[in-house]
Amino acid sequence: MVDLSVKIGDLTFQNPIQPASGAFSWEYNEVIDLNRLGALVAKTICREPRLGNPTPRMAETEAGIIQSIGLPGKGIDYFLENIVPEYAKFEPPLVVSVSSESAEDFAALARELSVPDVDVIECNISCPTRNSTGGNFAMQEDHTKMVMEGIRAATDKPVWAKLSPNAGDLVSVALAAEEAGADALVIANTFLSLKIRTDNFRPALGNKFGGMVSPALKPIVLRMVYQVAKEVNIPVIGVGGVTKAEDVVEYMLAGAHAVGIGYAGFRNPTALTTIIDDLEAWCDERGIEKVTDLIGAVKDDDMEMDPLVAASHGV
Amino acid sequence: MNDLAPDRKYTNAAIPVGGVDPHPDKPTGEFITDVVSNDWVNDEYKLLVVRAAERALTAYAGQFYHLLCPSPDGAEVWMRRPMSIYKVDVAAGCLEFLYKCEGRGTQGMATLEAGDTFNIAGPLGIGFSLDPAWKNIVVLGRGVGLATLAPLSQLAAEKGVGVTAILSARKSDLVMSQDLFQELGATTITVVDEDGSSAVENVEDILEKLIADGKADAFFTCGSSRLLKLMQNLGKKHDVPGQVAMEQIMVCGIGACYVCMRTFEINGEKTLKRVCREGPVFNMQEAVGW
Repeated sequence: MVDLSVKIGDLTFQNPIQPASGAFSWEYNEVIDLNRLGALVAKTICREPRLGNPTPRMAETEAGIIQSIGLPGKGIDYFLENIVPEYAKFEPPLVVSVSSESAEDFAALARELSVPDVDVIECNISCPTRNSTGGNFAMQEDHTKMVMEGIRAATDKPVWAKLSPNAGDLVSVALAAEEAGADALVIANTFLSLKIRTDNFRPALGNKFGGMVSPALKPIVLRMVYQVAKEVNIPVIGVGGVTKAEDVVEYMLAGAHAVGIGYAGFRNPTALTTIIDDLEAWCDERGIEKVTDLIGAVKDDDMEMDPLVAASHGV
Repeated sequence: MNDLAPDRKYTNAAIPVGGVDPHPDKPTGEFITDVVSNDWVNDEYKLLVVRAAERALTAYAGQFYHLLCPSPDGAEVWMRRPMSIYKVDVAAGCLEFLYKCEGRGTQGMATLEAGDTFNIAGPLGIGFSLDPAWKNIVVLGRGVGLATLAPLSQLAAEKGVGVTAILSARKSDLVMSQDLFQELGATTITVVDEDGSSAVENVEDILEKLIADGKADAFFTCGSSRLLKLMQNLGKKHDVPGQVAMEQIMVCGIGACYVCMRTFEINGEKTLKRVCREGPVFNMQEAVGW
């Protein structure tokens, strides 16, 4: 019997497998048993009702998909009245993802979302397809600090900061979020991308830019998780390219407490529960009694830091 | 190292034929089907027959499966491809898909051979519905859209509803599903581009006559924006209700990702709906076309 449970702040999750926000909804209950998941993660909610971006919203590339959805939703009032109760029917903790273009509104939303059925507020301060003049605070450490401080002051719920892989200095942004009072960091969001059609010379997505989603991103995000986990004292949730149990193990060895899964659940609706089963079997086969033994257990103490990595740490 | 072992990736919770079903009560599943045959029916279309677990056979007309297509060219096919069900053969335990080999997904499907396995997720979406008040319906489809409409004739036959099917195509040897429609007692009218009979004006005359003869209590269409427009106009003029099956680039198929949006106009207001969840069959008068 393997203990798959992990603690993030004061909350205990029955296993480290979570859906990534945006890639999941309660409708998955029609295929898998949602009560088996580590957490339920709702799609990012905004104050106002939004239709989202123009179609097409997805295009395939050689090494993954790019997508631009535009945070569609019916607004916070509808969300609290109708969507939260849908999730409340299930047992795992509910992580509510939220986005706004202003720091004041972000804080106000966090306050309004602090209802009993919501367990965690994930601050999506990194949506790559949000208007570039607002909402994507995680590009810079001072913007991150400002918005996260406001949110921290507005709620007693655990707040997780979802960071951007598109930031120039992710470690500094992560430290800023920690200093501002974030309880955990979600690393990362999608990578800002572009595809141009060669038949008509037009961008393939209706919104021109999209975020890349692919197993190809795993080594890159894993590197980010590794770098950040070395520097911060709060838990990190790794999100990027997980398609199998060994990927979860890799993220945990790099220092993650849990992982978020997007693409794999798109490709195989049963992927999340499959990965939970496989992770348990993987640990069992190796006599690992607690999955938390894997966190940060990468064996690299005897390896000198690569000069390029050192440079990105500001060393 | 088994880090990259492909057989361990992705599919081990999917239900094989005769396998244990962990969720017999859930409406949707991920299934590993066995390919029975995959033959050309003409120069452009193939018919794939797969054997599937019992729960996979609950699909009804207009619903779709999300297909994990093999690669046609060695490069990855990243996303599943939605495809409406052509036929459910409960007695044989088989599902059938009729498809045009066009994009990478369907070209990959075309490589499947008897004995291969094929991962499908479904059944998904809201399909066609027949109002008990309807005695005669008109089905108008073009090209591969006819594959989506074909199982409607099965549904109609079961309920004793008369079907007139107008089958449109570029050439007469590309007219799909005529046999299946006729087998199930439908009257078929074929119109093609090569002799001009598929022109909208001619199809309009055919529809007007069917309405006048009391053969059109409801309209059904798929596969052509122009024919949708025509049926919408005639439906409005003569107060004939209708349904349209739509498609869109899709990612999850479950309703989570909001990629497969189409525009609809309801009471003068434009809105977006998910093809996978609120469709793929929609009220014809609300569809804006594509």
